[in-house]
Amino acid sequence: MNASFVQLAYLVATGLFVFSLHWMNDPKTARRGVGAGVLAMLIAVLATWAQPVVVHHLWIIVAIALGFAVGWPLSQVPLTAVPQRTALSHAFGGLAAGLVGTAKFYLWYREGPENLTAFVMIAIIAEIILGYLTFTGSLMAAGKLQEVKWIPQRPVTYPGQNLMNIGLLVIALAVGVALIVNPTASWAPAVFPVIIGLALLFGVLLIIPIGGADMPTVIAILNAYAGLSAVAMGFVLDNKLLITAGALDGSSGLILSIIMCKAMNRSFTNVLFGAFGQVQQQKAGAEAQVYKPETPESAAQIMEQASLVVIIPGYGMAVAQAQHKIRELYDLLKKRHIDVKFAIHPVAGRMPGHMNVLLAEAEIPYTDLVEMDDINGDMPQCDVALVVGANDVVNPAARYDQSSPIYGMPIIDADKARTIFAIKRSKNPGFAGIDNELYFSEKTWMLFGDAKKVIGDLVKNLSDGSGMH
Amino acid sequence: MSRRGNRWLSLPLLVASVSLAVTAAAAAAQEGEAAAAHAVNVDYWPLLFVFVLASFIGLGVIRRVSRLLHTPLMSITNAISAIAVVGSIIVAGSDYPTEIRIIGAVALFASMTNIVSGFLITDRMLKMFKTDEGDHK
Repeated sequence: MNASFVQLAYLVATGLFVFSLHWMNDPKTARRGVGAGVLAMLIAVLATWAQPVVVHHLWIIVAIALGFAVGWPLSQVPLTAVPQRTALSHAFGGLAAGLVGTAKFYLWYREGPENLTAFVMIAIIAEIILGYLTFTGSLMAAGKLQEVKWIPQRPVTYPGQNLMNIGLLVIALAVGVALIVNPTASWAPAVFPVIIGLALLFGVLLIIPIGGADMPTVIAILNAYAGLSAVAMGFVLDNKLLITAGALDGSSGLILSIIMCKAMNRSFTNVLFGAFGQVQQQKAGAEAQVYKPETPESAAQIMEQASLVVIIPGYGMAVAQAQHKIRELYDLLKKRHIDVKFAIHPVAGRMPGHMNVLLAEAEIPYTDLVEMDDINGDMPQCDVALVVGANDVVNPAARYDQSSPIYGMPIIDADKARTIFAIKRSKNPGFAGIDNELYFSEKTWMLFGDAKKVIGDLVKNLSDGSGMH
Repeated sequence: MSRRGNRWLSLPLLVASVSLAVTAAAAAAQEGEAAAAHAVNVDYWPLLFVFVLASFIGLGVIRRVSRLLHTPLMSITNAISAIAVVGSIIVAGSDYPTEIRIIGAVALFASMTNIVSGFLITDRMLKMFKTDEGDHK
C-alpha cells in the first residue's frame, strides 16, 4: 500500500476520532461515537498493517489475539470496578508508549544513529519518562482502588518525601539531558535503562502519598499523562495521527482533572504533594454531639407527604449495592406523583462521572440525574433530602470552617432541605476521615444500617402504605 | 476560591509550553549540525503545529461533553489513545532484530487490550443511559 494511501487512511481516522468525541456531548448520540471510534481504529490498523515494511505477521496476530483475550474480560467488570479498569488501561497505555520508545532508541542506536536527532531524543526521553511513570503510577492507583492488600489504602508519608520525589525526577531529567546531548555515546545504551528505572520508581512514589479521596483526580491526571506519552510517541515516529489522538486524550485528562480539582477546591500540586485523606486529629474537648435516630417507618411517612425528594448518593451506596433498591424507591415515589431528583456531586464515586454510570445501570433515567450546580438552587424547595452513603459532599463545614480539610470545597446544599434523612452504616467518619456536622443538625434524622437494607425497609413501608389508602 | 485553583492548574500548561519552546529551540540549534552531517532529520515543525491545534480541538470538543458521560468519555479516549498500536505494529512486524520485535509485540498486546476493553466497556455503559420513556437504544 503506498504512502499517500496510508496518510489518507490516517487523515480519515483523525476526523472520525474528533467526531467520536464530539458525539459524546449527548447521551443520545454517544453510541454513534463508539462506532466512529471503532471504525477509525480499524482503518488505521489495517492501513498500517498493509504497509510493505510489515513483513512478519505471526507475532502481530498473536499479540492482537492476546489483546482480545485479556481485553474482553476487562470490559465485563462490574461498574463499581470501572475506576480500577480505567487505571489499568492507563497503565497499559503508558507501558506501550514506554516500550515503543525503548525499542526505537535501541534500534536507531544500532542501525541508524542519524535518526537520533535532538528533537527525536527529546521526544524519546519524554515518551519513556511519561510512559513508564504512568505505567507504575496507574498500577498503584488501580491497586489502591481494588483495595489490594499489600498496597496501603491510607497515604504513606515520610519526612523529605517531596524532596526525594522531586530529586528523583531531576536526576532522571539530568540523565535524559545527557543522553539528548550524546545520543550515540558508547555509554548511552547502558544509561538508558537508568532513566527507565527512575521513571518506574517515580510513578510508585508519586502515588503512595495520595489517599483514596483523591483517586478521581489522580485517575484524571494519569489519563493526561498517558495521552501526553502517546503524543511524544507520535513525535518519535513522525506520526500525526498518533499526535492528534494523544492530544485528544491528554486534553480530556486535563479537563477532567480541572473539574475534579475545582470540585474539591484543590490544586494539582496540592493533590500530588498534599497527602490528603489522613485521619484528622479530633479537636480535644469537642463536645459530644448526638445523632437523632429515626425508623424507616416514620421516614417513609414523611417522604409520602413530600412533593420534591432529592436523593444524594455517595460511593457508600455502591459499596452497599443499594442502587437497585433505590430504583424501586424512585418508582414508588414517582407513582405517587412525587418529584424525585438525584443530586450528583462531581466527585461522587471513584472517578469522574462514576455515580451517573452506577445509577444508569439501575435504570434510573439520566434526565433525573442533576449536577450539583443545577440542583443547589432547588434545595430550599426540597422537602426531603435523602443522603445515601455520601458524607463530605454534604458537609456544611466546607462553607465556613477554615480548619476543616474540606474547607472551600463546593457541596450539595442538603442542609437547606426541609427535612434530611441520612443513611449511615456506622457512627464512624467517612472516606476522608472527617466528621460531618450535617448529621447533628436539628432537621436531620439518621437511619442507621446497611444502605440496601434501610432503603429496602423504606420501599416496604411505602408499598404497604399504598395498600392501606 | 477557584481562581487560586486555576492559577495552579495553568502550571502544567506553562510547563508544557516552555518544554515545547525548549524542544523547538534545541531542535533548531541541532538543525545546523544535522544538515552539516547530512543526517536524516524529521521535519518537526508540522508535528508541533498538529499537536498544538489538536490540543485546542480536544479542549473545545471535550468541554462540551455531557457531565453525565465523563466515565464513558475516559474509557473512549483511552481506547482512542491506544492508536499507539500503529507504532507497535511497525516495530513488531518490520524486519528488525528479534529483541526489538519482542518489545514491539508486548506493546502491541498492551495497546490492543486497551482498544478492545475500552470500546466494549464504553458501549456497555452508554447502553445503560436511558430516558424516562424507555428509550429503545
